[in-house]
Amino acid sequence: MLTIAREVLDAIVAHARRDHPDEACGIVAGPAGSDRPERFVPMLNAAMSPTFYEFDSGDLLRLYRDMDDRDEEPVVVYHSHTATEAYPSRTDVSYASEPGAHYLLVSTREPAMDEVRSYRIVDGVVTEEEVRVVAALDLA
Amino acid sequence: MAVEVRIPTILRPYTEGAKAVEGAGSTIDELFTDLESRHPGLRERLVENDQLRRFVNVYLNDEDVRFLGGLTAPVGDGDNVTILPAVAGGAS
Repeated sequence: MLTIAREVLDAIVAHARRDHPDEACGIVAGPAGSDRPERFVPMLNAAMSPTFYEFDSGDLLRLYRDMDDRDEEPVVVYHSHTATEAYPSRTDVSYASEPGAHYLLVSTREPAMDEVRSYRIVDGVVTEEEVRVVAALDLA
Repeated sequence: MAVEVRIPTILRPYTEGAKAVEGAGSTIDELFTDLESRHPGLRERLVENDQLRRFVNVYLNDEDVRFLGGLTAPVGDGDNVTILPAVAGGAS
């Protein structure tokens, strides 16, 4: 189950809407081992594509260095699908490289409806999980 | 020639959980071959058909080695190498 603050989820969806029709991507970092998605970090999609995303390699290094300095890890890795459902594609599964993260998918295919779903992707296996939205993590 | 190599979470099963290992070599290619001798299977996660895998990023002193000659990039004593899988995917 992914427990996430309303404010953070809203920021993720707003990012996806802003970048539509290109895929949006980013992470939510949290203290290592805490499973708390606290710090929203939208990233540039270097692919700038409606069907693919990739963090710029320099951005990626800076991001991981920063998380290391703060003793954080990527709790949520999010991206959007702009014309298809919020379900991990084969590409999503083959490149999922953070076994501890929640993979959050937003679909912006419907202008008036946000589809948000979350998954664990470990060793090529996708398991959907519940998304529990709370007012604030400390009230969870 | 001692080079520190930082290992991402997903590759730590090859290093018995170590976040960083030491290696030697005068190029990235030689370094990876050296690492393979102590961490079997690691090289194959990084190299395919004698080329750096597309969705694995390797940095030499914070620069992406793709800009430094890829596997042929020269490595020196005291250099540091960081490996990070790309964060990528998409509907396609």
